[in-house]
Amino acid sequence: MSLDASMFLSILPQILLVVLGAVVLVLELILPEEHQRNIGWVTAIGTGIILLLSIPARPDAESAELVWGGMLRHDWLSYTFTMLVIFGAGITALFAMDYKELGSRGGFFVLLIASTLGMAFMVSAADLITLYVAIETTAIPLYILAGFFVMRDDSTEAGFKYFLFGALTSAVLLYGFSLLFGFSGTTNIYQIANNLQNTSLPTGALVGTLLLVLVGFSFKISGVPFHFWAPDVYQGAPTPVTGFLSTASKAAGFAVLARVLLVVYPDISLQWGAVLAAMAVATMTLGNLLAISQKNIKRMLAYSSIAHAGYALIGLVAISRIGISSMVLYLIVYLVTNLAAFGIITIYSRTVGSDDMTAYYGMSRRSPWLAIALLVAFLSLAGMPPLGGFIAKVYVFAAAVDANMIWLAIIGVINAIFGLYYYLTVLKYVYLFRSEDEDKPITITRPMKLAITVLTVGIILLGTIFGPWFDWVTTTATAVF
Amino acid sequence: MDFFADHLLFLILLSPVFSAVVHLLIPGELDNLHRWTAFVLSLIPLVLSIVLWFLFIPSEPGYQFQEMYVWYSPINSSFHIGVDGISLVLVLLTTILTPLAILTSFTITDRVKAYMILFFLLEMGMLGVFLSLDLLFFFVFWEFGLVPMYFIINQWGSEKGEREVWGGHKVKARTYASFKFMIVTMVGSLGLLLAIQMIGVAAGTFDILVLTEKWVSLDKSTFNIPIETVKAIAFWAFAIAFLVKVPVWPFHTWLPDAHTEAPTAGSMLLAGVLLKLGGYGFLRLVLPFYPEESKYFAGALAFLAVASIIHGALAAWGQDDFKRLVAYSSVNHMGFVVLGIAAAAFAYGTIDATIALEGAVLQMFNHGLSAAGMFFLVGVIYERTHTRSLKEFSGLLSLIPVYGGILIFTSMASLGLPGLNGFVSEFLVVRGAWPVFTIYTALAMIGLFFTGAYILKGIKMTLQGPINIRWLNHLQEINSRELFVIIPLMILMLWIGIWPAWILSVINYAVMSLY
Amino acid sequence: MQFPILSFVVFTPVVAGILILLIPGERKNEIRVTALAAGTLALVLSLWVYFSYDIAAGGYQFVEKYSWLPQLGVSYHVGVDGMNTPLVLLTGIVMFTGVLISWGIDDRPREFFAFLFILATGVFGVFVALDLFMLIFFYEIAVFPMYLLIAIWGWKVTREYAAMKLTLFLFVGSVFALVGALAMYFASGLGTFDMLALENADFSTTFQRFWFPFVFFGFAVLGGIFPFHNWSPDGHVAAPTAVSMFHAGVLMKLGAFAALRVGIMLLPEGASYHMPWIIILTLVNVVYGAFIASVQSDFKYVIGFSSVSHMGLVLMGFATLNAEGMLGAGIQMFSHGIMTALFFAVVGMVYDRAHTREIPKLGGFRKVMPIVTIAFIVGGLVSMGMPGFSGFVAEFPIFMGLWRSYPLIAIIAVISIVITASYIIRIIGQVFFGKMPSEFVGHITRINKLDKVALIFLSVILILVGVYPPIMVPLVSSGVDNVLRLIGGA
Repeated sequence: MSLDASMFLSILPQILLVVLGAVVLVLELILPEEHQRNIGWVTAIGTGIILLLSIPARPDAESAELVWGGMLRHDWLSYTFTMLVIFGAGITALFAMDYKELGSRGGFFVLLIASTLGMAFMVSAADLITLYVAIETTAIPLYILAGFFVMRDDSTEAGFKYFLFGALTSAVLLYGFSLLFGFSGTTNIYQIANNLQNTSLPTGALVGTLLLVLVGFSFKISGVPFHFWAPDVYQGAPTPVTGFLSTASKAAGFAVLARVLLVVYPDISLQWGAVLAAMAVATMTLGNLLAISQKNIKRMLAYSSIAHAGYALIGLVAISRIGISSMVLYLIVYLVTNLAAFGIITIYSRTVGSDDMTAYYGMSRRSPWLAIALLVAFLSLAGMPPLGGFIAKVYVFAAAVDANMIWLAIIGVINAIFGLYYYLTVLKYVYLFRSEDEDKPITITRPMKLAITVLTVGIILLGTIFGPWFDWVTTTATAVF
Repeated sequence: MDFFADHLLFLILLSPVFSAVVHLLIPGELDNLHRWTAFVLSLIPLVLSIVLWFLFIPSEPGYQFQEMYVWYSPINSSFHIGVDGISLVLVLLTTILTPLAILTSFTITDRVKAYMILFFLLEMGMLGVFLSLDLLFFFVFWEFGLVPMYFIINQWGSEKGEREVWGGHKVKARTYASFKFMIVTMVGSLGLLLAIQMIGVAAGTFDILVLTEKWVSLDKSTFNIPIETVKAIAFWAFAIAFLVKVPVWPFHTWLPDAHTEAPTAGSMLLAGVLLKLGGYGFLRLVLPFYPEESKYFAGALAFLAVASIIHGALAAWGQDDFKRLVAYSSVNHMGFVVLGIAAAAFAYGTIDATIALEGAVLQMFNHGLSAAGMFFLVGVIYERTHTRSLKEFSGLLSLIPVYGGILIFTSMASLGLPGLNGFVSEFLVVRGAWPVFTIYTALAMIGLFFTGAYILKGIKMTLQGPINIRWLNHLQEINSRELFVIIPLMILMLWIGIWPAWILSVINYAVMSLY
Repeated sequence: MQFPILSFVVFTPVVAGILILLIPGERKNEIRVTALAAGTLALVLSLWVYFSYDIAAGGYQFVEKYSWLPQLGVSYHVGVDGMNTPLVLLTGIVMFTGVLISWGIDDRPREFFAFLFILATGVFGVFVALDLFMLIFFYEIAVFPMYLLIAIWGWKVTREYAAMKLTLFLFVGSVFALVGALAMYFASGLGTFDMLALENADFSTTFQRFWFPFVFFGFAVLGGIFPFHNWSPDGHVAAPTAVSMFHAGVLMKLGAFAALRVGIMLLPEGASYHMPWIIILTLVNVVYGAFIASVQSDFKYVIGFSSVSHMGLVLMGFATLNAEGMLGAGIQMFSHGIMTALFFAVVGMVYDRAHTREIPKLGGFRKVMPIVTIAFIVGGLVSMGMPGFSGFVAEFPIFMGLWRSYPLIAIIAVISIVITASYIIRIIGQVFFGKMPSEFVGHITRINKLDKVALIFLSVILILVGVYPPIMVPLVSSGVDNVLRLIGGA
């Protein structure tokens, strides 16, 4: 192993994140309390710079190499998702800056960056141990962030619940990893499959490890039946954290899931395909059906996020290049859209102080532009053109049809209809219903304006000019194999 | 000048529309202006058709003054118009009666503008049917003529009277009458519509001239039914539509209500022209297109004709409402038209057929004149007395002798007194039908007996008998405007009665060249 | 490089909509004027396209093609032929008159016109689309604004329910069509969504027979085909006037047209296999729709169900799969579109003044609204297929087409004409003639100039096409040729 420039370049984003983290830490210690929120600007701008600087350091489309002694893999999958989570972190910082007591404590940003760092390593991990460490690095700051509002019951409960379930599933995951190591004799993801072929391991045992591993990952992507932490955690955690949690963390989870399943278990793809298909159906349907009756918008979006995980899974189930590309595209669109949705809730609840749907009556008259943003975000979640959600759903369904799983596509479209119902209901509250507080304006601070504008424009761009994105996700998918 | 001659029919057909547009532009309050403008403008088609009459060459077979314009090319339907002797006679009738009807309508005071516009649209509808040489166009004008007449009855019809419809709901008599008129005619025409569509599909064209050969010689069916059945069904589809219009028993029930509730001018045109559309339909379409079927079913047609003659006469005889009496008389007289047609159908190509057919055509013209005259006269008396009940008149001859004299004259024409027009046509029909349908003709003559009965009853109850005190010193004699309406009709009735050759020769040539 | 007029037609509304959103909400008159300018522009452009189409040359004209997503073979590909050119014109007309009729909307006109124009762009896009992906893309854009337009500005009693039902129904239809489209994309093996290319794709007969219902019914839901028509009457009634005009006048044509373009043209064997039973459904539409219309007591519901009946005629014409039937269907789409826009405009004017739509409670309106009365009479005559008006020009060839393929159906369907006539006459008599109930006397205001312009404009078009069919028939006929070359003749 030779330490040369290319090795460092391969983890340039991570290095830069560490630097940013250090800067933020220092700033937190130095700055007085009134100025702590400016750390948010630093974080956001910092992430932006990292994104820019990473461009030259991106991997080749064709090649992918194992670096750092086989701990990490420098390929497009890791690149794409690293960029994605860093973007998510930056946006979250912008939303959190002026949010209650979140942005005024610099520790928030430190934890945010730490978690992002963990995610960046997660998606690049090529080794089981690296992977596990990265997962924990991601998760532990998130537990704290979820419970950040120590004075509030729901937040503390959220953090605690998250921690408990996370720890539990993480233990199961580790057990699965250990079995894999035991059977194959290596912790390198890219060698396990090879090694296993030489042994005469009964398929049952392999499937056993698969199931254990799936427990851990399903938790991360909130797939049924390991989703039940999500509604309470999403609802209790501070909204910007929920945004980050529901998007970046989930996306990273998917990346890892894809990599592990496709690389470690290619031979039993039929089995895990079937399991995942069942999970997709259950996740979509449960998420959508439970969302319909919700009265709290955060909880509704929680279930909606669960449902979206189901849609993304459809792409993975297709186990083809189109399938993985569709999954990646779905996650990109989903990240942008869901961050927008939770961002809007962040902004609105800051003034209104409630997440009840009744508080959203007449929002369109209080703040027409915020309502338009909500319209865009929700319609994208529903899958309406000309927004990103449409192309994401079409692509995922196309993957299903292409893989001759028409029934899955049909279940998907039926679920989309359920989704449309509750998204439209919220829009109805926003546009049709009236409230007495219609004249009181909603204060939207500059960083929030910036974030929401970027996201809204992004949703529309993803939905109309999607050529470049297609190339990107196709390259990403190719890199997995 | 050439343009004029080349497009004479087009001008005749569309001048009413032009007149309607002129009225559209005149403000609604200027009633008198509307009346006189309408009268003057309605003379244009009359003048043009008289010109047409003189330019027409009776001895030349086939259609003259033909014009053809593209209309609906993908289905092979074009705007094709032309005249032969038969349609010329009916065009003349239409253009004579319309100005007279408008002159009659000078007493209308409510929404004169709309009224006049509707009359012109009606005239166009009627002329269109007579001039059309394309099946689709025939149907277009056939249906279109319903709309103005519906509104004329519905809006300007008799004020009094109520009818009860289903659910105990009461509507005005004129509403009921107009609705029944429209719906019954439309239902009757449904078959016609379907048959026309079917012909278009089977023969690939709607042009009447082409179809006369092509359809008749069609022996291959495009459907899974034998061609004879298809033609038989189509025959009845056509026939029923025209039977409803004529109207022939038992499809006549719409007529008494419509005629009675319509305003006077409406009844004049309804009885005078609209009924002739049915007869014309038989002559122009049924006989040429379905010679075999017509011959086969001629007996049935003759039966229905005679039933109309007798029923119409008997019903008229039993009426107390003068207008309703005249209405039933139309059923009675039109029965002769159908009898003549039936005879001609049965004895296709023989001299008897020709005579019967001539009689039928002339009867249409004559009845047009006399029916219009009779309705007019009933209208005259109604405007003065505001009643149509025969029981309430009596003794009017001494109060308004001029009117009385005119009423007698017109009634005699209607009755068929030799020397007046009705006799000539009825004679011809009977002469032609006798060798063909002897029994039916004999029965028809019995009907004629009743015709005399009801006409005389009408005259007697109106003009003779003791004077009703109500009318003493309250009745005005017939005035000059009204005279202006009835005198041309009387002149024609007399003229045809004494010297029918001028019109009969035209009809004769036409009938002979066609059959 | 010719002027990209079709793109202008498609995008003018949405651009105008965005501009309108930027105007402050209080400046209502500026908003309305901008909307009217956009509507006029759309009308002028669509008229230009209509009259510039070269009938002799036929085929697709004003074609534009830009690559959108080459990896999947998706392109922005537009063009007009004889079938969709009248529909483009129809949309322009309805947009223009819709703006005129909506002048009185006082609650947030800015958002109203913005959403209406997004809808218009979606509609235009579908009509001119020659790429399957693009068609579905714009199709869904045309669906979701309906929800907002009806839910926010609609009739308070049923608007929420009707809006949700309508949107869900249409969305269901469109996603099923989407699945079908995706199947076609993959099965063709051509790797493109371009419809011209897919016309030549050799789909197996089994494939076509299986997928045809997905695509056909997915789109025909929007056309109101029985038994999926249920969203339509409630939707019509709950929507504000201009939205009803769009809905019945244009949107339902979208469904029928897409069913034609994607279902019949791309899967012809599937079409001819399924049509014998589909035509029974259309017959139910026609006759049953007319029956139900005749027993309604709410004026707007009558019109709503009559639309179900008339759209049945359109679908029936398509189902004959022959030249006359398709010709009639093409003209009927235009004729019914204008007629129903006229009807809903009239209903709106009556309701705005009387605040009731119950027919027994209305009466004598002709005295205060003479032009409205005449307009309604014209519309009514069109509706019953009276010769001299466009309805006859449309319905006659449909029946001819039926005679060619399903004679018995022709005979049964003709019943609807009489039923229609009877309820139209009844309504005219009750609402416009007769005696005005005392509570209305003195309270009914006259219509304003803009309403008059709209009504007269629509009426004249109906009469024009009826009296002079050559203004539209040759164009549609060439469009029918374009369709039939794929089905294998008449």
